[in-house]
Amino acid sequence: MNKIVLESRSICKSFHDPITIQVLNEINFSINRGEFVSVIGKSGCGKSTLLYILSTMDTDYEGDLLIDGESMVRKKEIALAKVRNEKIGFVFQFHYLLNEFSVLKNVMLPGLKLGKYSAKEVEYRAMEKLKLLGIEKEALKLPNQLSGGQKQRVAIARALINDPLIIMGDEPTGNLDKKNSQIVFDVFKELAIECNQTLLIVTHDGEFAQKSDRIIEMEDGRIIRQ
Amino acid sequence: MNRRLIINIAKALMFARWKQTLVAAIGVVFSITMFVTLLSFMNGLNDLLDSLILNRTPHIRLYNEIKPTKNQPINKDIAFKKGHNFIQSVKPNGGRLEIYNNASILKTLQNDSRVLGVAPKIAAQVFYNVGAIDLTGVINGIDVNAENKLFNFSEYVVTGNYIDIKNIPNSIILGKAAAEKMLAEIGDVIQVTTAKGDRMQLKVVGYFQSGLQDIDKVQSYCSISTTQKLLGKTNNYITDLNIKLYHIENAPEIAKEYSKIFNVDAVDIQTANSQFETGNHIRGLISYAVGITLLIVAGFGIYNILNMMIFEKMDSIAILKATGFSGKEVKYVFIVIALSIGIFGGLFGIIFGFSLSYLIDNLPFNTAAIPTITTFPINYDPKFYLIGTSFSIITTYFAGYFPAKKASKVDPVIIIRGK
Ligand SMILES: Nc1ncnc2c1ncn2[C@@H]1O[C@H](COP(=O)(O)OP(=O)(O)OP(=O)(O)O)[C@@H](O)[C@H]1O
Ligand SMILES: [Mg+2]
Repeated sequence: MNKIVLESRSICKSFHDPITIQVLNEINFSINRGEFVSVIGKSGCGKSTLLYILSTMDTDYEGDLLIDGESMVRKKEIALAKVRNEKIGFVFQFHYLLNEFSVLKNVMLPGLKLGKYSAKEVEYRAMEKLKLLGIEKEALKLPNQLSGGQKQRVAIARALINDPLIIMGDEPTGNLDKKNSQIVFDVFKELAIECNQTLLIVTHDGEFAQKSDRIIEMEDGRIIRQ
Repeated sequence: MNRRLIINIAKALMFARWKQTLVAAIGVVFSITMFVTLLSFMNGLNDLLDSLILNRTPHIRLYNEIKPTKNQPINKDIAFKKGHNFIQSVKPNGGRLEIYNNASILKTLQNDSRVLGVAPKIAAQVFYNVGAIDLTGVINGIDVNAENKLFNFSEYVVTGNYIDIKNIPNSIILGKAAAEKMLAEIGDVIQVTTAKGDRMQLKVVGYFQSGLQDIDKVQSYCSISTTQKLLGKTNNYITDLNIKLYHIENAPEIAKEYSKIFNVDAVDIQTANSQFETGNHIRGLISYAVGITLLIVAGFGIYNILNMMIFEKMDSIAILKATGFSGKEVKYVFIVIALSIGIFGGLFGIIFGFSLSYLIDNLPFNTAAIPTITTFPINYDPKFYLIGTSFSIITTYFAGYFPAKKASKVDPVIIIRGK
């Protein structure tokens, strides 16, 4: 069953400041359910820019973006926020945890926002995700009491809380050492195999990419190999 | 929208920066406290000054003014009817201050359902003879009982018994300041001379103090019959009818009506004391202006603190947006913060405002001019508390609105790219 979860149809993007430069040029590709895709390419080739568009945070582009078969173009800000909440999980290079809340509460926040489950259930589910990532012991700590690798795993747990259609990562291991990178990679791999989780991960780490199902290689705003 | 979640996030952000939040809230508390206290005190003062004048002032005064008649004889002559007559050096004729037919007017007034009571009065210009010097003065001939019932006469008689002027023939209650000038003790006999030159001996039975020095220097009180005797008039001679109504606000209208019916001059309290109203109005205006200024300053404090909070929390705002919170929800988070500061600040403000007013209310305030007052006056009108809280909520809402709007516009891509 190769259902398409995300499709990019000739997406183009230009920046106009200070001079107009096209950073994305006719990006066409699609991702099937359960695929573990990594995106590689030289620095400045437009990987992050593409990811921000695919994640619906950046709406200033040409072309069409379909998530779960639905076009994201011309959707209102509130509707896009809902899509992000329900269908997309993010992991960034930086963890972006809220220091005011405990680890557990950080993981719960998108779940509470979704409102599909009661607060109790969301808490239970958050605990499950933390267990999956092996950091359930840290649940009641504050984020600034954790190590870098642990923080990144909390961020992954947060991305997982609403069982998203796809998880996107922009160099999620970029800030981590070899050992922690390996742990995070193993987590992704496990999610892909055991939970059939769809993943789209931007990385500089060739080794990391080699281990994924499929590699999309970019150069100067184009896809040169997929 | 998940209200509880938004409130929870707002709470967490506030407690994470509880010191700043507290400072902002204290600003609001302070301004509401001052607002409430200032208005209560100012209005208390207004009430005090009002009562000083209003308790002593009739709502309507009926009298005859000496003035030239409007209808000069020449205008009545048919021969001169056509043209416009210029008359120079018009003088009043032998005017009479007396209200004609006052007994029947009095009766009519007493039967009028709008009238609380009527006190007849005679005003007599006199000189108090002190050795070789004559001091000008006014003797008010009053109906003691009516005067006491309507204008609390007894409260202002500081020494002696007010009823004595009725019971003791040829007696007088002297203005305190006048008595001091004359060195007249209770029981002394003083001599007064009327404008016509008649002399009379009067026994001092008390002192009167209104609190207004200018009045106490000249005014004295006798019974109506004593004054009639002093002036050599018959016992139906009355110059003023002082009327108190049930509803003071009807005074101008009723005054006009009486003036027409009884063919006398009538002045209502609003006209007679318009400058007084203006004073009250200005005092009220000043206290509102000061109070609102304080609140606006507090509002800027909240604005600053929220702005800073948003600047510090850019990352948090970005990730909230990235994980599915809409701009609107982010905006509500910050508005909730601002409103909580406003509501709690306002609440404590009115509590402290009440306490401070209460304290002032119990501070001793003794002034020789107003013997009935022992503490500072305070008006506890709930209106001030209501206005204070509403204003604190409105200002904090606006102080929060603009930073919140800014937060809702934060572009997560810019923040995340910046890291
Ligand atoms: N706000 C902006 N205004 C103008 N140019 C921009 C802006 N953001 C990015 N660019 C340009 O767009 C191009 C692509 O940037 P992008 O961040 O997508 O690269 P990247 O592939 O993620 O690089 P890296 O691997 O170093 O993270 C770069 O040349 C960059 O200079
Ligand atoms: Mg990048």
